[in-house]
Amino acid sequence: MTESILRLVDVTRTHGTGETAVHALRGVSLEVRPGELVAVMGPSGSGKSTLLNVAGGLDKVTSGEVLIEGEPLSTMSALQLAALRRRRVGFVFQDFNLIPSLTAGENVALPLELDGLSPRKARHFASDALDLVGLRELIDRFPDKMSGGQQQRVAIARALVGDRRLVMADEPTGALDSHTGEGVLRVLRERCDSGAAGLLVTHEARHAAWADRVVFLRDGVVVDTTGSPDEIHDLLAGAGH
Amino acid sequence: MSVKLGMLALLAEEPMYGAQLRSEFEGRTGGTWPLNVGQVYTTLARLERDGMVVQDAEPDEEGRIRYQLTDLGRTEVMAWWETPVRREETPRDELVIKLALAVTTPGVDVRAVVQTQRTATIRHLRDLTRVKTQASDRHTSEGEQRDLAWLLVVENLIFAAESEVRWLDHVESSLARAAAMPRRAAVTDGASPRMSTNQSGTNQPRNQSGTTQATTDSSSTDLQGAKK
Ligand SMILES: Nc1ncnc2c1ncn2[C@@H]1O[C@H](COP(=O)(O)OP(=O)(O)OP(=O)(O)O)[C@@H](O)[C@H]1O
Ligand SMILES: [Mg+2]
Repeated sequence: MTESILRLVDVTRTHGTGETAVHALRGVSLEVRPGELVAVMGPSGSGKSTLLNVAGGLDKVTSGEVLIEGEPLSTMSALQLAALRRRRVGFVFQDFNLIPSLTAGENVALPLELDGLSPRKARHFASDALDLVGLRELIDRFPDKMSGGQQQRVAIARALVGDRRLVMADEPTGALDSHTGEGVLRVLRERCDSGAAGLLVTHEARHAAWADRVVFLRDGVVVDTTGSPDEIHDLLAGAGH
Repeated sequence: MSVKLGMLALLAEEPMYGAQLRSEFEGRTGGTWPLNVGQVYTTLARLERDGMVVQDAEPDEEGRIRYQLTDLGRTEVMAWWETPVRREETPRDELVIKLALAVTTPGVDVRAVVQTQRTATIRHLRDLTRVKTQASDRHTSEGEQRDLAWLLVVENLIFAAESEVRWLDHVESSLARAAAMPRRAAVTDGASPRMSTNQSGTNQPRNQSGTTQATTDSSSTDLQGAKK
C-alpha cells in the first residue's frame, strides 16, 4: 500500500487550560494517500479549521502526531516547518489571507520567491497557477480591486502554485457562485488525480461529493466517514452511457 | 401521471410502435425510469379508451401496431407543456416519515439516524458527481441534445440529494436547539416522548460512551446509552 502523504495519529488540540479549556480536537486519526481528496464536514465549531491548521503545521498539536510524507512535524524546527509550508504544502485559508500590498501574481509567486526561485521564474509559475483558476488576466491587479470570489481564486492559485503534493483548503468555495465553485473543485480534483493529496473543509454536500472520502467531525471527534468509493456500478447506465 | 403524458409527448412527434415508445422514453430520461412492456401496453390501451391515441388500421408486415395521436391527445400534450407540475400532491417520503417517528419515539437515537442517512446520501451524491463528470468529459464535444437531457436528469438527482443533506443538517441543528432549551415541568416527569440529544456545538467533556457528562438539563434522559 502506498505511503500516506498526510497522517494524523490520535491528535488532540486544546486551547487554554483548566475550567476554560476548549477541546477543539479530541483524538483524531486520519490518513490521506497520494491521489486522494478527503473532505471534512461538520457543524460550526466542530474543529474543522483546527484540524486543517495542525495538519498543515500552522498550529501545534496538544498530543498525538502529524506526519507529512512520513516525517513527524514534532521533530521539525521552526525553519524546517516554514520550508515545508513553502515547498510542499498548499494552504487555502477560510479568509483568503492575501497580502494587500502585492498584486495577484506577486501573492501567488511569493512562496516560490521566498524559496529562492528567481522572480521571473516565479512569475511564470504564478501565471500558470492563475490560469488554472481562470484568472490569468488579473495577474497585475491588487486584491482590493478584485471581487471576493476572485480573491478566493487567487488564494487557491497560491496554494496550487509549483508542485505541491499536499493541498489543504478551508471552505475554498465560500465566496464563489456554483459554476466557479465547481471549477475550483475540478482543479483540486485534477491535482489529486495526478498524485497529490488533498484535504478540503466544506459545509456543502455538493462540493464534498468531489472527494473520495468524507469525514464527519462533531465536537472534535470523527463521528463517521463515507469510506472510499466502490467501483462505480452502472448507475444510470441508460442512454448508451 | 408522467408515463402517460411522456408517451403522449413522444407520439406528438411521430406515430410509434409500443417497443419504440418504450426505448425512446427510457433513452431520453437517462434510463432513470425504466418501463416494462406491460406498462407500455396498458397505458396505450387506456389512452386509446380515452380517445387520445388510435391504432393504425392494420399491422405492418412484421405484425407490429403503430399508434398515433388524436386531436384530443395533442391538446392534452399542449396543456401539459403549458401547466406547471403540481407540487401540492407531494409523494410520501419514507425518510420524512422515518425522522418524524424517530423524533417522537422514546429510545431512538435521532442523531445517529440523521448521521447514518447523511453518510449514505453523500455517498450517493459522490457517485452521481462521478457519473456526471465522466459523462461531461466524454460528451462536451458532441453536444447532442440527448446527452444534454441525460445530464439534466443527473443534475436533478444531484440537487435532490444535496437538498436532502441540507434538510438533515437543519434537523440536527433544530434538535440541538430544542435540547438546549429548558424543559417544561410536564416533560421532566418522563412521560413525554420528546427526544433529548446531546447539545451540539458545545465542547463539554465527555465520558467514554460519548455522552455529555454533567448536562445542566437534568431532564435529559440518557438515550445514547440505549443505542446498540
Ligand atoms: N485560538 C483559539 N482559542 C480558543 N479557542 C479556539 C481557538 N481557535 C478555535 N477555538 C475553538 O475551537 C473550536 C473549534 O474551532 P474551529 O475553528 O476549528 O471550528 P470550525 O469547525 O472550523 O468552525 P467553522 O465552521 O465555524 O469555521 C471552537 O469551539 C472554537 O471556539
Ligand atoms: Mg473553520
